[in-house]
Amino acid sequence: MSPVLKRPKEKFTLPSKYLLFLLTCVCIAVMVLSFKTPAINTPLNSVAGTFLVPFQNGIAQVGGWMSDKSEQLMEIRDVLDENQRLKEEIDRLTIENTKFQQERYELNQLRQLLKLDQQYSEYEKIGARIISRDSSNWFTSFTINKGSKDGIQINCNVMAGSGLVGRVTDVGPNYAKVTSIIEDNNNTSGLLLSSGDHLIVTGDLTTMSQGMIAFSKLVDDDNKAAVGDKIVTSNISEHYLPGILIGYISSIETDSNNLTKSGTLTTAVDFEHLEEVLVIMELKQTVE
Amino acid sequence: MLNIFVSALFVIICFLLQSTVFNSLSFGGIIPNLMIVVTASYGFMRGRKSGLLVGFFSGLLMDIFFGDILGFYALIYMYIGYLNGIFRKMFYPEDIKLPIALIVGSDFLCNFVIYVLTFFLRGRFQFSYYFLNIIIPEMVYTIIITCVLYPLLLLVESRLEWREKEGASKIV
Repeated sequence: MSPVLKRPKEKFTLPSKYLLFLLTCVCIAVMVLSFKTPAINTPLNSVAGTFLVPFQNGIAQVGGWMSDKSEQLMEIRDVLDENQRLKEEIDRLTIENTKFQQERYELNQLRQLLKLDQQYSEYEKIGARIISRDSSNWFTSFTINKGSKDGIQINCNVMAGSGLVGRVTDVGPNYAKVTSIIEDNNNTSGLLLSSGDHLIVTGDLTTMSQGMIAFSKLVDDDNKAAVGDKIVTSNISEHYLPGILIGYISSIETDSNNLTKSGTLTTAVDFEHLEEVLVIMELKQTVE
Repeated sequence: MLNIFVSALFVIICFLLQSTVFNSLSFGGIIPNLMIVVTASYGFMRGRKSGLLVGFFSGLLMDIFFGDILGFYALIYMYIGYLNGIFRKMFYPEDIKLPIALIVGSDFLCNFVIYVLTFFLRGRFQFSYYFLNIIIPEMVYTIIITCVLYPLLLLVESRLEWREKEGASKIV
């Protein structure tokens, strides 16, 4: 045998230019595909869920434990308990109040037309803990520690206390991604409780730090809308169940077209200090 | 092999830290960008190929957990890793100025591209607001984190290199 044949094969290496080109094509193809079929990332979700979510869960639990301990050190346990109890009561009363207001409105306006026998206090809900948040500063989605194994589906509504947080947009076996209503590219169809007029709630990064988001396209011919009025999810919303509290109007002005009004609203949920959320298992009924 | 394992470990740890711990350590709602530190560092420490691969996988992780569409962050981070790889010839471990400048530049570029593609194109034109309230604070916070994270990356990298040389000299 000649020594030439014995020489080990040179290791095959791909020049970085070609690798860059190749991966660019892969990225673009995947982006186009995920526009067309949202199911493309299911296998990736399972892999990521198996390897990373346990860690996130652990860190979140340790973090939660530590913050609990520090709170206990700073405040008396009784005060905490009472606070918790009162908060729950406030939540319950707010839900009840919203429900009553809506019922009154329905009674007055839609007695003959609509018969809504379900209120959102009756929906089946499960609690979940937030385990990680968006790693960029541009968006505010987060993941929770319950997934398809617990029966969560895409488009499940997510609440915290008595207010709307957002909806599930992606689900893995043991985690789910929640897109919040305050996200800049998110629009929600809302309803002004005092008059029953529809409006569009839009997330806004520029006012988010003050706990406010924008609303627009409110047709308020009778000038009924006022600061402090409640805005709930509308019955014509595509993904959200009707009658969940979104927030309260904090400023309102007439648009330059003199037909519609827009302004800002304060969300019912404190998004900055969100730790636990409630996922409504029921999905909004859609037209097939 | 060890190189790949170590960089994968850094990517995963930084992702976990960024999505959990640093959200509690945020200043005014701003979190630092650890992924860009890792991507850029591997770019100028090991070259274009490592940079683009590390960038691709860090971006992919962010896509899987938080992205709207798969492949968006992967594409941006991959190009940032590749661009940093071009500066490998100018990189000396003793010099701290170039790494910091590159990391800050990468962070700005990354956020600028994200702003243009996801905000500007939707008609959010107040660039000055986003620049002053999102991009600049993130750059400052990232510099602070770089001062801790980058020496660590450099230390691990030099240990690995030293090990490789040792191994090579033993075989010869």
